[in-house]
Amino acid sequence: MTALPPKNHTPLSHLDALEAEAIHIMREVAGQCANPALLFSGGKDSICMLRIAEKAFRPGRFPFPLLHIDTGHNYREVTDFRDSYAKELGERLIVRSLEDSMQRGSVVLKHAGESRNKHQSVTLLEAIEEFGFDCCIGGARRDEEKARAKERIMSFRDEFGQWDPKNQRPELWDLYNARVHKGENIRAFPISNWTELDVWQYIERENLALPSIYFAHTRPVVRRQGALVPVTELTPARPDETIEPIRVRFRTVGDITCTAPVESDADTVHKILAETAATTITERGATRLDDQTSEASMEQRKKEGYF
Amino acid sequence: MSNASPANHSTPVDHGLLRFLTCGSVDDGKSTLIGRLLFDTKTILADALSAIAKTSQKRGMETVDLSLLTDGLQAEREQGITIDVAYRYFSTGTRKYIIADAPGHEQYTRNMVTAASTADLAIILVDARKGVLTQTRRHSIIAHLVGIPHLVVAVNKMDLVGYSREVFENIMRDYLEFAAKRGIKDVRFIPISALNGDMVVERGEALDWYKGATLLDILENATLAHDEHAEPFRFPVQYVCRPQDSANPELHDYRGFMGQVESGSVKAGDAITVLPSGLETTVKAVQLGGANIGAAIAGQSVTLLLSDEIDISRGDMIAAKDAAPDAQKQIETILCWLSETPLDRARTYLIRHTTREVKAKLAAITHRLDVNTLEKRPAEKLVMNDLARVEFKLAQPIFADPYDRNRSTGAFIVIDPSNNNTVGAGMVARGSGDR
Repeated sequence: MTALPPKNHTPLSHLDALEAEAIHIMREVAGQCANPALLFSGGKDSICMLRIAEKAFRPGRFPFPLLHIDTGHNYREVTDFRDSYAKELGERLIVRSLEDSMQRGSVVLKHAGESRNKHQSVTLLEAIEEFGFDCCIGGARRDEEKARAKERIMSFRDEFGQWDPKNQRPELWDLYNARVHKGENIRAFPISNWTELDVWQYIERENLALPSIYFAHTRPVVRRQGALVPVTELTPARPDETIEPIRVRFRTVGDITCTAPVESDADTVHKILAETAATTITERGATRLDDQTSEASMEQRKKEGYF
Repeated sequence: MSNASPANHSTPVDHGLLRFLTCGSVDDGKSTLIGRLLFDTKTILADALSAIAKTSQKRGMETVDLSLLTDGLQAEREQGITIDVAYRYFSTGTRKYIIADAPGHEQYTRNMVTAASTADLAIILVDARKGVLTQTRRHSIIAHLVGIPHLVVAVNKMDLVGYSREVFENIMRDYLEFAAKRGIKDVRFIPISALNGDMVVERGEALDWYKGATLLDILENATLAHDEHAEPFRFPVQYVCRPQDSANPELHDYRGFMGQVESGSVKAGDAITVLPSGLETTVKAVQLGGANIGAAIAGQSVTLLLSDEIDISRGDMIAAKDAAPDAQKQIETILCWLSETPLDRARTYLIRHTTREVKAKLAAITHRLDVNTLEKRPAEKLVMNDLARVEFKLAQPIFADPYDRNRSTGAFIVIDPSNNNTVGAGMVARGSGDR
């Protein structure tokens, strides 16, 4: 836990300041919303969110359940981690599966190989309706993507889950407005102001455990359009491609079909920090195959109800 | 500051987090300045750079346009203007920065107020060829009104005036004359060329006559809002923790009052007053995550345990016993109207002040403020982007300090309960509640 603040009133360190802000935002959600949920995927950002929630609410229980929208295309290491960590914390985990939405017919893929990533919005909206959540707390950061740079910390979504970038609530001082009418929804982003480097520094400082695929390991991959594509049952090599065993790590862990690893020898948080500080490619640029399609693709997805 | 590299992450020096605002229009080179700061601190990564290089080429530009880095949403790109506040980040290894990038046009006063509300410092850009303009004065007035502690006037495009010392000093003189009239103090001046990078991160060679700090040096050494601990302790209660875990009898009587220290500091043993009840007790423990941390300063989110059992809920305030704020049911304020729907005298609004929410009605519009000159004008109504001195009647009291003494407990927002939109931003004026 955090060290004593220095007696001579030197300012808070940047991580202390970011952490304090995130705790404040989570407590505002708890104070203002009747039935919130915290989106937890087992990824590094949401793992930081759980530590922040512990600092915010212990010795009490979290005033919200954890919710994961599972595409069915997640790495086993990550979903196992998700389950065991929720259990260790003694908090309730709700998993809703995109495959159930497909069976219901609310999600229709164009073809079997289509990325399921953007369809998560449908399953999320179904879960929101099923449980009557009035707020979902997410681990999105403004440095991830241009569309996020202008999104509010408390981001209003209408009854259809849509984000309207031209009609956002002004957000001033540390006064957050999470008021909604029935059927409407707030997405709250407590770590909006964190960068990837901040996240890794926090993981190091708090000594947080992560799914193993964040650390360097050898994995069969092919090189495709400048990215490394892991060879899995879902993402087989194409006939003209050569499978190579390469030492890689994942910078983000999303849907298998659209998350690529980077070449790396970093097998500890400390080494990852050194690499992150020296990296020359943005997090999503390196690793998200779906975001490259269009400069505005995240904005488009958010308008449709995406996280 | 040529060693300003994020690779220094492991240095033990951490000068915290500075939030600053850049004011100016595209013409002043604001986007270029932000691009320059990100580029020279090595925050821009290769793929982001190649994306803007592509766009520059598509638009027929010969060099990479750094201003494209701050181009926002597709909706805005189509219109070619920035309509909303965007947040950018960079770090020098010793300090982390959050830039609030607000559009500069007059019709966007509300965006600037929004961006300014959290800023510790404002960079006001002046085009060296044009000098102090109406817009410069407007930005300075708003920055001052919203209580930004540090103002930096950056005279940009020095390359276009032959890096002339005389031009710079004339602008400085003009600005100081204006600032003195408006009571704006503690302003720093710096000549820069954002395009060429002179005096931004690197000193460059063209401005040898200027002996002061570079812009980044000024940022690195600015004191943070958290440094100011002179204000008395204020702790609005956000949430009350009562675990009542049957498996853990020790927690049976646990009552933790959760919130953020908005000003001052707190430690175990401090005497406090709880508002609105006015009951007094002492702090038994200061905790974070259920563990004792002994003390906390402004900016920290903590949990307080008290020595006596007092009924406290969200919206109450715990304050220093000898310096508690007054309860006010009628407030004098400076209000910025944010909504397209004008302020309506007949309506009941909600005012959120700290964690407290009360019903409010407009009592009077004392006058409207001309945002370019601060002149007082009579006003019957308020529309979007208006600034005015207004009086509100409240259904329940709030525990406020004057904004110019305390930016946290002097600020509030106005909410329209019909659609829950945030429609106004207010600052409690000095002398409020004196009647």
